[in-house]
This record gives sequence, C-alpha cells and structure tokens, in this order.
Amino acid sequence: MLKRTALAALTAATVIPMTQAQAADYVIDTEGQHAFVQFKISHLGYSYILGTFEEFSGEFSYDPEDVESSSVSVDVDVNSLNTNHGERDKHILSDDFLNASEYPEATFRSTGFTRTGEGEGELEGDLTLHGETRSITMDVEHVGGGEDPWGDYRQGFEGTTTLALEDFGIDMSDFPEVMHELELYVTFEGIRQ
Amino acid sequence: MWRNTPSGWGLTSIVLHWLSAIAVVGLFVLGWWMTGLGYYDDWYYLGPWWHRSIGMLLLGLTVLRLIWRGCQPSPEAHGQRFERLSAHLGHIALYALMLLVLVSGYLISTADGSGIQVFDWFEVPAVVSGIRNQATLAGLVHWYASLVLIALAAGHTLAALKHHFIDRQDTLIRMISPSLSRRER
Repeated sequence: MLKRTALAALTAATVIPMTQAQAADYVIDTEGQHAFVQFKISHLGYSYILGTFEEFSGEFSYDPEDVESSSVSVDVDVNSLNTNHGERDKHILSDDFLNASEYPEATFRSTGFTRTGEGEGELEGDLTLHGETRSITMDVEHVGGGEDPWGDYRQGFEGTTTLALEDFGIDMSDFPEVMHELELYVTFEGIRQ
Repeated sequence: MWRNTPSGWGLTSIVLHWLSAIAVVGLFVLGWWMTGLGYYDDWYYLGPWWHRSIGMLLLGLTVLRLIWRGCQPSPEAHGQRFERLSAHLGHIALYALMLLVLVSGYLISTADGSGIQVFDWFEVPAVVSGIRNQATLAGLVHWYASLVLIALAAGHTLAALKHHFIDRQDTLIRMISPSLSRRER
C-alpha cells in the first residue's frame, strides 16, 4: 500500500509538470516546535512586551496552484501564555485581561484567502479570543517549503495582524492609547499528511 | 527565660509567635490592598516588593520556629479534653496553612524561574518553575489558603481571649511574658 502510494507519488512527480501539484493537508509542527504564536504590545509607549503562547495545535490545507482555496485552523491554549514574568502572566490571564479560567481557548478559523502577490496574501478568518469572535485579516507570506531531511514534506508561513483589544472585550482603558492594540505574529511549518 | 518550660513559653517562642502574628495579619492586609491597586499607583511595584520580602523572611522564620517547637517542650494545654484536642489540631492547621500560603506565594513569583529579591539584601532562588500555568494555580492556592488562615487565626484569637476572660487561665498571659506565667491547676 505504502509502496504503491510512493510509486504513484513518484510517477506524479515525474510525469505531471510541477504546475499541477495538488492541494494537500498539513499538520502544524508543534511537536518539533517549528511553530510560534506570539504577540507584541506596547508598554506605556516606551518599549514592547513580547509574549508567546506555548501550547497550540492546528492544521491547514495548501495548494500552491490554487492558493485562494487555502484554509487554516488553529487552537491556542490561552493558559500557556509566557511573557518571562510569572506575576505578569498571572495578571494577564486573570479576569483583568484574558480571563483564561473562563475562556481557556482561543481559536482561529480561516474564511477566505486573497492573493496579493508572489507568495503573499491576505488571510481572512474568525478569531475567537476572550469569548468574543471577530473577523480579522492577517497578512501572510509563504516563507518556503519542500522536503525536509527526515523524509517529510513541509510548507512554512508567517503572518501578522493588529488586534484592537477592545474588539475582543478586553478593557484597556486604564492604560495609554498605545497599549490598546497589539501585534500578533504567527509562524509555522506544516508537515504534509 | 529563652526556653520553654512545662508551665510557660520561653521568650524565643513568644517573640517568634508575635512576629509571625504581626507578619501574617500585615501580609494579609497588604496583599488584599495591593492586588486592587491601579497600574499608575505609586505602590503598584512597591507593595508587592514589601509583600514578597516580608513573606520570604516569614517563611524562614517559620521554619526556624517549627524546628524550635520540635526540640523544645510545649507548655501543658489548658481546658477540657475536647478543647485541648481541638486546640492541638488548630495549631497544626495554623502551621500547615502558613507554610501553604508562604510556599504558594513563593511559587507565584518564581514561576518564570527567577528568584525572589528580599529587600535589597539577598535573593531566594527559584527551585520549582515552569509547571503548567504555575503562577495562576499557585495564586489560587495562595488566595484561598490565606482566607482560611485568617479565619483560623481569628478563631485562635477568640479562643485565647476565651481562656483569658472566661476560663481565667494564663493561656494568653504566658504567651506575653515568661515571668508572668503561673500554674493554676
């Protein structure tokens, strides 16, 4: 079975021109930690706080020849937040901000993709954070892809977007204007299934 | 004077007891107050700094206190059998809760692997860090255990006052002065 699949793949690779590669499903490589969900938020307008969500999972579908049909789905464990400061993590996870005991999961489900250039596009989707679901647009870029040294096939991307925390019901009114939004940065490799 | 006798507490135990009492109540009030401070309050950083520093000193003091308690005789308890038994269990619970509150507080601040600065004197290193969601979980334990500790301490105070004013025993007096303790049995 495996042999036949491999043979078929080989045949396809040699016979069919590269331009006819097909859509494939990928699982985000969180196990090998080639995937990051990070944010950057101003501190008083003087510098930035960087944070990362260490635990998440996701998958995507990608066809280099039909990128507009791509789709992505990511589930983030909010409690895995890390900003290198235990007391701050506790505060951010408390009901002052993310209220992680009530809303332990943040999710992203893509709803569409628009190609804007070579290896670039705008990914639209529903982001659920703090129990609020909002449609967001993320600028994404295809970083690279191909066979890895261990027998798998990978595709990697990065994406950024700016979130207004108020849209997600997070009250930042006690803080200066510059802290009312944050930049979300996501990068990952997916392993083709 | 410094050591305990079967009829009264020595000065060492007395000083340890009252330092702990002041620290426990002070830390509770400070902790309650500082967690409600706004980001722009002058005490936003200073409050936790005092809270952590005093807390770590109290943790050290409590360990010394338990060692001292373990190798010194304890004065005979007053009251009926039921009172003596519940007092004994209550005291064990007070020690256990103090340790629980102090250790859980320590685990909040050291969750990221950094030590706790005690005033500007020295640093208590992090021993356990990186447990999943450590700061939040330790924070929950810290909060609820503090509430139980304060409630129990209030009961402890009422019991001491009851021994003093109603039973007319020297339970409270002997925790104030080694020389004033007297036998009344």
